[in-house]
Amino acid sequence: MKKGRTYGAKALVKTLEKLGVEVIFGYPGGANLPIYEALASSSIKHVLARHEQGASHMADGYARATGKVGVCLATSGPGATNLVTGIATAYMDSVPVLAITGQVPSFNIGTDAFQEVDTTGITIPVTKHNLLVQNVREIPSRVEEAFHICSTGRKGPVLIDIPKDVLKQDFSMPEPKEIVLEGYKPNTDSHPGQIKRAVKLLEQSRRPLIIAGGGIASSDSYKELKHFVEKTGIPLIYTFMGKTALSDSHPLNFGMCGYHGKVVANQAIDQSDVILALGARFSNRHTINLETYPGHKKIIHVDIDPAEIGKNVETLLPIVGDLKSTLHKLTDHIHQTANEDWVSRLRDIDSRALVTPVPEKELNQPAVMRIMQEYLENPLVITDVGRHQMFAAHEFKLEAGRNFLSSGGLGTMGFALPAAIGAAMACPDRQVVAVAGDGSFVMNCQEMITAAELDINMICFVMNDQRLGMIVQLQDEFYKSGFDISNLGSHTDYVKMAESMGVAGHRAVTAEELHSLMKDKSLYQGVHIVECIVPPGENTYPMVNGESLLDIVEEGGR
Amino acid sequence: MKKHTISILCDDVPGVMTRISGLFSRRGFNIESLSVGTTDQPGKSRFTIVVNGDDTVLEQVRKQLQKLINVINVWDYKEESIVAREHALLKVRAERKHRGELLQLVSSIQARIIDASSDVWTLEITGDTDDVSSFIDLFRHYEIIESIRTGKIALKRG
Ligand SMILES: Cc1ncc(C[n+]2csc(CCOP(=O)(O)OP(=O)(O)O)c2C)c(N)n1
Repeated sequence: MKKGRTYGAKALVKTLEKLGVEVIFGYPGGANLPIYEALASSSIKHVLARHEQGASHMADGYARATGKVGVCLATSGPGATNLVTGIATAYMDSVPVLAITGQVPSFNIGTDAFQEVDTTGITIPVTKHNLLVQNVREIPSRVEEAFHICSTGRKGPVLIDIPKDVLKQDFSMPEPKEIVLEGYKPNTDSHPGQIKRAVKLLEQSRRPLIIAGGGIASSDSYKELKHFVEKTGIPLIYTFMGKTALSDSHPLNFGMCGYHGKVVANQAIDQSDVILALGARFSNRHTINLETYPGHKKIIHVDIDPAEIGKNVETLLPIVGDLKSTLHKLTDHIHQTANEDWVSRLRDIDSRALVTPVPEKELNQPAVMRIMQEYLENPLVITDVGRHQMFAAHEFKLEAGRNFLSSGGLGTMGFALPAAIGAAMACPDRQVVAVAGDGSFVMNCQEMITAAELDINMICFVMNDQRLGMIVQLQDEFYKSGFDISNLGSHTDYVKMAESMGVAGHRAVTAEELHSLMKDKSLYQGVHIVECIVPPGENTYPMVNGESLLDIVEEGGR
Repeated sequence: MKKHTISILCDDVPGVMTRISGLFSRRGFNIESLSVGTTDQPGKSRFTIVVNGDDTVLEQVRKQLQKLINVINVWDYKEESIVAREHALLKVRAERKHRGELLQLVSSIQARIIDASSDVWTLEITGDTDDVSSFIDLFRHYEIIESIRTGKIALKRG
């Protein structure tokens, strides 16, 4: 090839390198092979997932663990459709994932060619943006644009679809151009007048409350939030996505609110007189029912996405802007607003909370999680979806930061193992711990094979309750027929499964066994699956079982 | 439920139509009329969408439209503040015995005959949406063979 000449796939890879991409999680196929050709001589590492859904969650886990853009790659047709669940998972939780797909050659598009699907068409509703690149000369600028869109404003996945012939086409690399996106100008600067008004409202309020959401992680505002809380003394609760916005051990942190929240947190929403919502979107998992939600009209809503303001709740004061700088400004202007009575009222409610008892010898889910924590040091916890996820949200006492990753918005079973692989790739120095249900684990268990090939350290705990536990719980609470749809049976040997896929497998039936496993230093090197035998009938509480956030129970109805 | 006239200035690129209409259809809205064309700015097109719906839900749609990367601006027009036009083509049977009446009708509503062959006339009608509807009604007395409407286009006054 002549000097200065390149080809589509090479230009793509060079641009990704320039943007700082270190790893791509992918799977090959006919339409993306030119990209692999270009990756051969690249500094970017490629991780071969064993299913494209796995690749997409790995990119997602990588992104959640670092705040950087996670990149995944698939071929056309089934490769692209397999990515969709992972893309939607990232979309619902505003995670910056760049998905790249090969497409059938331009001259075959629209002919129902082999492995042709309308990838951009399919992914419109689950991406922040997507595009089909038709002109090879546009590849560098389009990739930069995609990266920019992914990682600014309200973050989210972007997909680029590139036909195979475009990937192979020769051209001379154009001079880099400045990105101009006339229709994309995220509003990051919060209005000074609104800041002043917010400060006044908070200072005048008697029972102010902070609700922290996923926006704290998206904007990396952990320090700013802590300063603000400590300067003002305002108590805080969080939505599921806001776990680890503030350290769980902080005296002003009153825990998770919502459907499986804590009684004190839901009560706090009711009893507060002004709520400062920080990057929370008032989803139905938090509000339960908008008609009965006690927060309306007392909310100062800070969000980078103007479409979130007023979407679900009526606000008292909207602030559109970046959370980090908004928190800086709020902290600068505000004086102490702490009201000891208010905080002690919350402490009092909280002191009456039931603590889930744990058996002495056998294991149950809280016991597993409590024992684990005795041995872990500031772990990075990744969960799957189900009862174990809610147990984990309550039982893990974590520091502020990117320490708890879970699929909140989409609730995607099968997330934990691949996301933990992505996180372990991103954070080689951390203790990466996945907690999966036996149902969820199997949904992407093939990724153990991927993990076995990698030089990573991670432990995946599989809570074997032989049930789709959350489904048991829903049937227990709300259905009567007794159709046992949730029984996973007892024929799966998770230890053998792990070993057959090249990773270490362990089983803990008793507390003592789990202790001795956790004490063994070798558990912290390489990839380990730990099957924990837990009771099938153990539902997770608290839980809202009525029409309002306040209809929350701490024990089962039967 | 109120009628909204939503105007969108956007990049003239493939897929933009699907993105826009998807935000309505996923909320179960039926678009009453949609018209789109180029503008004086190269590479930009303008949509006018008429839709019936709940004010708060449509406000959410407007905000979501505004978030689309290819959308530059969105306006939800109030009826009083706009000038709006719709265009219709109407093919009517113009039998010899009716031609006199038809001709009178055509000129009274300032329509135009843009094609006439043996006993079929094609008429062009312009007006605001209600005008166009009532003009078409006037011709129901005769035989309407086919008709088509552009959907509303609108701009803010002043
Ligand atoms: C892909 C997907 N399918 C179905 C569901 C519905 N669902 C939610 S929780 C759950 C059961 C999860 O079981 P398991 O992983 O064993 O966890 P447990 O509840 O037992 O802790 C199911 C089926 C889902 N969230 N995701």
